[in-house]
Amino acid sequence: MSAATAGLLPLATIDEQVEDWFGPIADKLAEVVFYAVPVGDANLPLIVVWLIIAAVFFTFWLGLPQFKGFPHAINLVRGRYSKPEDAGEVSHFQALATAVSGTVGLGNIAGVAVAISLGGPGATFWMIMAGFFGMATKMAECTLGVMYRHEHEDGTVSGGPMYYLRDAVAKVTGSGPLGKFLAAFFAVCCIGGAIGGGNMFQANQATVQIVNVTGGEDSVFADLNWLIGVFFAIAVGAVIIGGIKSIARVTEKIVPFMAAIYLAACLVVILGSLGQVPAAFGDIVSGAFSPEGIAGGFVGVLIVGFQRAAFSNEAGIGSASIAHSAVKTKEPATEGFVALLEPFIDTVVICTMTALTIVITGAWDDPDASEIGGVSLTSRAFESVIPWFPNVLALAVILFAFSTMISWSYYGMKATGYLFGDSPTAEMVFKVVFCVFVVIGAALTLGPVILFSDSMIFLMSIPNVIGLYILARTVRNEIRGHRERVESGEFARVK
Amino acid sequence: MKWVTRVSGIVVGVDRSEPSERAVRFAAALAKRDGTGLTVVHVIPWSPYSFNTPSENEERHRRRDEEIAAATEQVIAPAKAAAEEEGVEPETVVRHGDPVDLIIEETEKRGCDLIVMGRSGDSRVKRAIFGSYPAHLVQEAPVPVVVIP
Repeated sequence: MSAATAGLLPLATIDEQVEDWFGPIADKLAEVVFYAVPVGDANLPLIVVWLIIAAVFFTFWLGLPQFKGFPHAINLVRGRYSKPEDAGEVSHFQALATAVSGTVGLGNIAGVAVAISLGGPGATFWMIMAGFFGMATKMAECTLGVMYRHEHEDGTVSGGPMYYLRDAVAKVTGSGPLGKFLAAFFAVCCIGGAIGGGNMFQANQATVQIVNVTGGEDSVFADLNWLIGVFFAIAVGAVIIGGIKSIARVTEKIVPFMAAIYLAACLVVILGSLGQVPAAFGDIVSGAFSPEGIAGGFVGVLIVGFQRAAFSNEAGIGSASIAHSAVKTKEPATEGFVALLEPFIDTVVICTMTALTIVITGAWDDPDASEIGGVSLTSRAFESVIPWFPNVLALAVILFAFSTMISWSYYGMKATGYLFGDSPTAEMVFKVVFCVFVVIGAALTLGPVILFSDSMIFLMSIPNVIGLYILARTVRNEIRGHRERVESGEFARVK
Repeated sequence: MKWVTRVSGIVVGVDRSEPSERAVRFAAALAKRDGTGLTVVHVIPWSPYSFNTPSENEERHRRRDEEIAAATEQVIAPAKAAAEEEGVEPETVVRHGDPVDLIIEETEKRGCDLIVMGRSGDSRVKRAIFGSYPAHLVQEAPVPVVVIP
């Protein structure tokens, strides 16, 4: 803007300038990743179909582990199979908890609101379905994560899709370059996913909630979203650049309690209107198959539900495999069983609770629901029953966002490390870029943030799911072998 | 009760504190008098149900080794030396887990009939919130517990 026009036109705020620059980038990217074919009135993005097919395929390929594997998973997490000599190593519970804290974030609070504001209550049904089927994909990728992890000389462990794509795909197909290509493709997308869904979306929605509870449009922070982003960036930077790990450790320990408070608040809303629960479920089921007034009808709702579920539980995306692979076990399939619980906790339990809260309170039916979307809608739903809860929600949201950002910065750093041979310079560049995007995410409106975040997260599923298909036999053999060892008593309970 | 006159196997739980050293000397002297075995146990407090960051998990295996090495050098070695000064060659154990549970487990595993422990040096606040290990042990142990001030 020239000096002459600057005098005539009001200067754009920093938030608006960031939006003008970033919005078109996000649009272009989403156009490519979410390439859609028309089905009836709806446009069906092929990437969503890609994830649905993978989840359904692995459900049957692995023999309905959602049902058969569930009790075994619980026993593993409870330490029933943990040998005493492994005390002090990473337990199944710890690996699961760490992975869950990376997945449970704003996707569960704000993402669900986005889904319902776009697709109506019926979107919940498809989210639950996606969570249910996604359990199998998650099982496959986490089993492989442990099978092909790298134990370094200094005793640290690295695992995740980069390693199984590179090593296992090369072994199975006999083609080194294919594995290396998929692994590098994944690592690049993972860096993008870390910056998008694992960072910008979290920063954005946490910022929105802070502005909401400090007075909305009258808030001192209104139009200063970037400033909140700077605070977040300083906190994240203190941990990942400054090495002040105690901040992350404390957060990690508070988050489970915040999650409990959040779920308790959902229960207060749900139990307070117990009479409306059957009607809410009715809306959810009927809305799933014959939605009224939803763009794209049945297919439209299905897409919204699956998309937001995948964004929330990351099944098929490959990220959680990085966290799960730190577990101490000689049986990789055990962590696969444990990983079944992750989409269950994330989507079938937590997302459903959020959804019921939004549906029961009728917040989704407000005329401006689709406009405000995200965390503001969830917050409004709570406010109608527990007027002071938005403040607590703000605290919860800040902690969830922060812990998810820390987890994803780790995933991104692992991917960077993989691409650049653990080069400290490359990792430092990634950390700085990560912090810069915290500010960008906070400054933008939800629209471009969600487009960019979705695009990057979903891109990760392309190399990962190709790898999972190539390794389908490997993973099934491992899981079958484990089942046999459990049945024969070779892998026995210790308590 | 037989243990009043003669003890058959003593477990002494140790940490870095001064009372802990006195506990070792007391237990060793008793073991020598009764001609019985002495086991020095140090438990590194750890729970499989804690919440960790991804990088903590990544380094966990290495840290565990470091913790065991540090405990062996800084806690077990001085305790062993103290016992040897009293004329007893103790067996030593370092484990991760719940100190109370594991000291009881080691006691039962060996058929020992006395546990000796130093009074813990925790602050009043910490004691008020979590209680102290000796106090928990006294309440839960299947054999007599001697707490040395």
